[in-house]
Amino acid sequence: MERSLDSSLESVDHAEDLAVGLARRAGFDEEDLIKIGLAVRESMVNAVVHGNRYNTNKKVRFAASMNGSRFTVRIADEGEGFDYAHLPDPLAPENLLRTSGRGIFLIRSFMDDFHARRLEPGGTEVTLVKFAVSK
Amino acid sequence: MSVKLSTRQVGDVSVVDVAGRITLGEGSSALRETLRDMVSKNQKKILLNLGDVSYIDSSGIGELVSGFTTVTNSGGQLKLLNLNKRVKDLLQITKLYTVFDVHDDEAGAIRSFA
Repeated sequence: MERSLDSSLESVDHAEDLAVGLARRAGFDEEDLIKIGLAVRESMVNAVVHGNRYNTNKKVRFAASMNGSRFTVRIADEGEGFDYAHLPDPLAPENLLRTSGRGIFLIRSFMDDFHARRLEPGGTEVTLVKFAVSK
Repeated sequence: MSVKLSTRQVGDVSVVDVAGRITLGEGSSALRETLRDMVSKNQKKILLNLGDVSYIDSSGIGELVSGFTTVTNSGGQLKLLNLNKRVKDLLQITKLYTVFDVHDDEAGAIRSFA
């Protein structure tokens, strides 16, 4: 499943719905669906707000797939890039009362794998992975 | 459904019943405006009833923190009531659960405001 989405908050909701729908059909339980939905939401917000900065001329590429037990979502913006490697620790005492900076932490907490890469000539692509567990 | 906020007074405690989604955009800004309005009216004891909150994201968490800081800095108290499992889990993994004074019982929460 692939989509080219506008840089809007409506696209955030849409991507979340698409990812959760696919994950549900793949057999993930409700608890995992909540985690996947929130992780996709946070990634889309980063792409729309921090990456593309709501620029209507820029798109967000969204792709989701299920391959065996591996559920993968890729989200790419056309922004100026973001340094995912050097983020403040939101759990540090001095950061606990910060009003932002928890999105990536939540994504990492809820997914089994998360990584980001810079795109050429510009933009950032994040990959989120969740493994289905046989029950 | 976005967020729906309604306020009521129980003694000298202002209770804000929050329902729906506290997410980036309308949901989080509505909560921010409500709390700022209460602080501007010198309301010092605020209880946020989150029992009907179906969804909260990092932006919503940020608004809870912002509200807590705003109310505390004005000399007031902001407490939380009726967290569902989803909200409670989020506050626990972000280590905010111990920052907030959290209650499961409204009468007890009202009494806890000294």
